[in-house]
Amino acid sequence: MGNFSFRFETFWDILVNKGGYRDVITGLQNTMTIAVVGLLVGIVIGTLIATARVLPKYKRIVRMLDSVCKFYVGLFRGTPMVVQLLVFYYVLLPLMGLRFPSVVVAMIVFGLNSGAYISEIMRAGILSVDPGQLEGARSVGFSYSAAMIKVVIPQAIKNILPTLGNEFIALVKETSVVSFVGAMDLYLAFQRIGAGTYEFMIPYLAMAVIYIVVICLITIGIKIMERSLRKGDR
Amino acid sequence: MTDNKVIEVKGLHKSFGDNHVLKGIDAVITKGEKVVILGPSGSGKSTFLRCLNCMEDPTGGSVIFNGVDIADPKVDINVHRQKMGMVFQHFNLFANKTVIENIMMAPIYVGKKKLKKEKNYNKASKKALKESVYAKAMELLKKIGLEEKADAYPSQLSGGQKQRVAIVRALCMEPEVMLFDEPTSALDPEMVGEVLEVMKNLAAQGMTMVVVTHEMGFAREVASRVVFMDEGVIEEDGTPEEIFDNPKSERLKSFLSKVII
Ligand SMILES: Nc1ncnc2c1ncn2[C@@H]1O[C@H](COP(=O)(O)OP(=O)(O)O)[C@@H](O)[C@H]1O
Ligand SMILES: [Mg+2]
Repeated sequence: MGNFSFRFETFWDILVNKGGYRDVITGLQNTMTIAVVGLLVGIVIGTLIATARVLPKYKRIVRMLDSVCKFYVGLFRGTPMVVQLLVFYYVLLPLMGLRFPSVVVAMIVFGLNSGAYISEIMRAGILSVDPGQLEGARSVGFSYSAAMIKVVIPQAIKNILPTLGNEFIALVKETSVVSFVGAMDLYLAFQRIGAGTYEFMIPYLAMAVIYIVVICLITIGIKIMERSLRKGDR
Repeated sequence: MTDNKVIEVKGLHKSFGDNHVLKGIDAVITKGEKVVILGPSGSGKSTFLRCLNCMEDPTGGSVIFNGVDIADPKVDINVHRQKMGMVFQHFNLFANKTVIENIMMAPIYVGKKKLKKEKNYNKASKKALKESVYAKAMELLKKIGLEEKADAYPSQLSGGQKQRVAIVRALCMEPEVMLFDEPTSALDPEMVGEVLEVMKNLAAQGMTMVVVTHEMGFAREVASRVVFMDEGVIEEDGTPEEIFDNPKSERLKSFLSKVII
């Protein structure tokens, strides 16, 4: 164990005295902003897709829209996030002559990707709301979109909150691939600390602990939100 | 707005796929009338009622409300529906809103739209709107004796209370006609009376009403006209006395023999 305490001291020295903590903090910040922005963008995209896909399919334009949405969802669910990230950063954006910071690209890709997953979650959520709710709202003169926004989607979100929480946790964990396009994240931060001494045991252990703590905190947050949203079910 | 017609239905047809449910219905509902619709299950009563405010789009014919054919897809149906209250068998109160929110939501939505149109949308006008809608909602709630439930959620109410709130929600829009689709069918027997009471008061105040129901007592007492539907057509149409005491068609006779014990 003497070996272990020596390793720990080395790690601590780099982390605290040699400024390694700065990378860790930046990494944690990036992880959280990418996951949060990705989730929010994903909720917006997912809700739009889900709403489009539950429209009554009498009209041709609605069926076409449905096919486009299906294609989008299939594309993003059918490829790994890291591939999407690489394609965006190294292929699509250069082809369009654009350059964004890698963190911004990660936010965009995480949003597009989670939009595909959340659209399926949201669709199930919307279908789980009693159709009478939409009818009640339409009967007092709300337009379809107003009825969806004010009555149906809030109830759908409440129903899917646990699943949405899982999606957020998945996003947090998936941020560990953003270093592929050069963004600082927890993995890169601890990898650099380890690289200083060719000693990876403690850094990676510390990384795992941080992930676990962050995800536990998120889980607790979700539980609290669920409880406060359950008002109407007493 | 000639000759007091609130709704005029002409040659109404409705199909669900191959299922031809309404097979040519003509009807006029005049101001202040209380029309009760009777008929066996599956005869198309609900479908007919739901075509009156285009909750179901008719596949043929026209529904003229205040002189406008609302079956025309080019018409902004939402504007017209605001003037046609609807009460459902299963209440359809907004589960995520309190009682008072349920009642105030649509009048505020409509009021805000109006303010925007009049370019008078600001804090003061919004506040005034909210206050006036709140006052009206509370007054209506008081009339049905549920003002202390204003902040309750629908899940905390009994079936009879839910249905009374649903009626008030529709009334707060100041509709010109109220459509009821079996408003007491999902209630425990001891709660039927309180809902019928509210409907009777409404009738006494002169509201134009179209009611699908199996409550024969209500039909006899309140209806100015009874319509008997069978297999997607109006089979017979008359005063309660004509329908109940002097039925002409065999189908109506057989229907009445089954429902009146
Ligand atoms: N949304 C719908 N989709 C398909 N078929 C329907 C729908 N609503 C009603 N129907 C059909 O229309 C017929 C009449 O139903 P309905 O109007 O509910 O009758 P009633 O209210 O007299 O019992 C039934 O055969 C029913 O299956
Ligand atoms: Mg029915």
